[in-house]
Amino acid sequence: MSEEKIVISASPHVHSDRTSKKLMYDVVIALIPAFLVSLYVFGIGALIVTSVAIISCIVFEYLIQKFILKSEITILDGSALITGILLAFNVPSSLPIWMIIVGSLVAIGIAKLSFGGLGFNIFNPALVGRVFLLVCFPVQMTLWPTPVVNNTAIVDAVTGETTLGIIKNGLMYGETMTTIASKIPSTLDLLLGITGGSLGEMSALALLIGGIYLIIRKVITWHIPVTLLVTMLVFTGIYWLVDPETYVNPMIHILSGGALLGAFFMATDLVTSPMTKKGMVIFAIGIGIITVVIRFYGAYPEGISFAILIMNAFVPLINSYFKPRRFGNKIKSKII
Amino acid sequence: MLKTFPKGGIHPKENKLTSSESIKMMPTPKAVYVPIAQHIGIPAEIIVERKEKVKKGQVIAKSGGFVSSNIHTPVAGTVTKLDMIIDSSGYKKQCIVIRTDQKDETNHEILDFPLKKEIIMNQKDILQHITDFGIVGLGGATFPSHVKLDLKNDNHVDCLLINGVECEPYLTADHRLMLEKADEIIVGIQILMHALHIKKAIIGIENNKKDAVKVLAKACKHDKRIKVAALQVKYPQGSEKQLIKAILKREVPKNGLPMDVGVIVHNVGTIYAIYQAIQHNQPLIERVVTVTGKNIKDASNFWVKIGTPIKDLIEEVGGLPEGTRKIVNGGPMMGKAIKNTDVPITKGTSGILVISSEEASRKEAKNCIRCGECVFVCPMGLEPHLLMNLSEKGMYEKASYEDITTCIECGSCSYVCPSHRPLLDYIRFGKSIVKKLATEKN
Repeated sequence: MSEEKIVISASPHVHSDRTSKKLMYDVVIALIPAFLVSLYVFGIGALIVTSVAIISCIVFEYLIQKFILKSEITILDGSALITGILLAFNVPSSLPIWMIIVGSLVAIGIAKLSFGGLGFNIFNPALVGRVFLLVCFPVQMTLWPTPVVNNTAIVDAVTGETTLGIIKNGLMYGETMTTIASKIPSTLDLLLGITGGSLGEMSALALLIGGIYLIIRKVITWHIPVTLLVTMLVFTGIYWLVDPETYVNPMIHILSGGALLGAFFMATDLVTSPMTKKGMVIFAIGIGIITVVIRFYGAYPEGISFAILIMNAFVPLINSYFKPRRFGNKIKSKII
Repeated sequence: MLKTFPKGGIHPKENKLTSSESIKMMPTPKAVYVPIAQHIGIPAEIIVERKEKVKKGQVIAKSGGFVSSNIHTPVAGTVTKLDMIIDSSGYKKQCIVIRTDQKDETNHEILDFPLKKEIIMNQKDILQHITDFGIVGLGGATFPSHVKLDLKNDNHVDCLLINGVECEPYLTADHRLMLEKADEIIVGIQILMHALHIKKAIIGIENNKKDAVKVLAKACKHDKRIKVAALQVKYPQGSEKQLIKAILKREVPKNGLPMDVGVIVHNVGTIYAIYQAIQHNQPLIERVVTVTGKNIKDASNFWVKIGTPIKDLIEEVGGLPEGTRKIVNGGPMMGKAIKNTDVPITKGTSGILVISSEEASRKEAKNCIRCGECVFVCPMGLEPHLLMNLSEKGMYEKASYEDITTCIECGSCSYVCPSHRPLLDYIRFGKSIVKKLATEKN
């Protein structure tokens, strides 16, 4: 045994087998059920949109790191892959391919790498890409393709409108809630994903399965998703109880649109969410309230993307105000 | 639900390979290397000369102040050198080298009978004995025990906690000691309770040592004042503050001491050493050391004379296995890696861990993904990621404001970090500078 081989380092000398890469791939696994539902509902379109988003995110990250930043290439760490999938999940499955590529460039180039890469971005990259597309191409971004499996005939056969869109338009034209309720998909359909909407927000059930997987694997904690959904439930519930003629059943709010996708996969993004549990709860309440305010009073039927991005901006502030309680702090010598 | 501390903590693989190996007597080495700084505080002063003959148990270095401790020779023999040798800190330290002779003469009568339950010494003598016999905390911190026991008159200490947690993976020294010396430990506890007028004692043991819980509960059945508390297995429960919180739900204030919440904590090893000192007139010259590692042939626990070179112990368990990359003095979470095996066993050495190549090297550090895992596991409620950043950037004032000095260096943050960031390395560095700046200010 030669002595040169003995290494010296400071403690601890053991490490858990958690790695960033494993966390990232767990997120990818958790997104698979929702993807399978989209594939079933939208057919080949879902596959094309998702593959284009993934490939362009990875390629852009490679090109920018290689030729512009001249930094280490990190395309294998799984984060660009997730950005790609989440971007695809947030757009209609009929979106022109070049728009997806533009969205990917904004997500990776502007929202992620210009801030310093993984860990330094303030805003969720996929959502920045999505909101950029929504603002630039509002028509294409709200043209929802009709689900291929439309055995309910509830969803508008031509435009395949989203549940939240139906409600918003209905209210605009002065329809009563009873009329609107007859047009929107049943709770069961929302659960299974037989409805119009973005590629990944179809099936509440598939998203729930993925979310629970993430919690079991300890990639995320329950704090953000549960607080966010409860906040929305309570907030919309109050409106509904006061005026059930104008406001829809709170369960519809939770199950439709991007609420579950946002709660489990977008708001919980490790990089752009607070680092303490107290902070997470505050963050999630903020998102819940802003989402509902946009849904009720904003121009867009759905507001969770905006809500998450707005709260992302508050994360540094939340981190510095909601600190964990220090052990032994402000405790008077308690002598018993 | 078993008791535990509420905030933070981790559960690394226990790897207690040697928990069923009874403690073997390590043969007396040919020579011992006894450092004079084996405890926290002022090093002891050498009072022997070269070529002087010494008898086993004789004081060879005298306590250098209040926070200091006497050092006794563990063997009889001749002082051959007063030299600087590298100890487990990696620095050269003053050290007394004694060549063992065959006569094995003892300085004063070390009383050798099986178990002596009756406590005849008065309180003042007990405390004096603990001071004179070089007893220090054997859990690893090596804080001179008499300092902890020096209660001011206005103290309100009502509970003695005995730390038998041994939350470090691999180590089983305390576990074996509790199994084999349960009666002695109970007497040791009674001695301290008698000396300090404490009416309640609780022995905290993690529930992965069910046999020790049982044995000690049985041994203290006749004494209603002593209880055994089985604790949930969670690292770092062996830390004084976390243990007090777990068992008594009392929280030691920031920068405070257990005494501030009416508690004194002693490790089971220390209690046994106190028993030996008071009842058997034996100074602290030997201790239990676990020698372990996944590839070690005969990993076991040993009674080792202080000053025995680590290489003797490694020889005893079958030599360093092929592919050894790291030798750790202590456990894997808080132990110190050592470069060579000439380093002697000191009062604070609870184990020697040999780590093979697959586990020894650290992985490359990646960007912080801000997952907050380090914040969740920190038992002190700190934000390791922030403290690392502040230390890295030299923002020591802010680091001090963020309570960097309360870090107990348990390493839970570095252990869990999925990006393999060297959090504790930076925190330790920042902490030392913050402390230095604070002393300069005063």
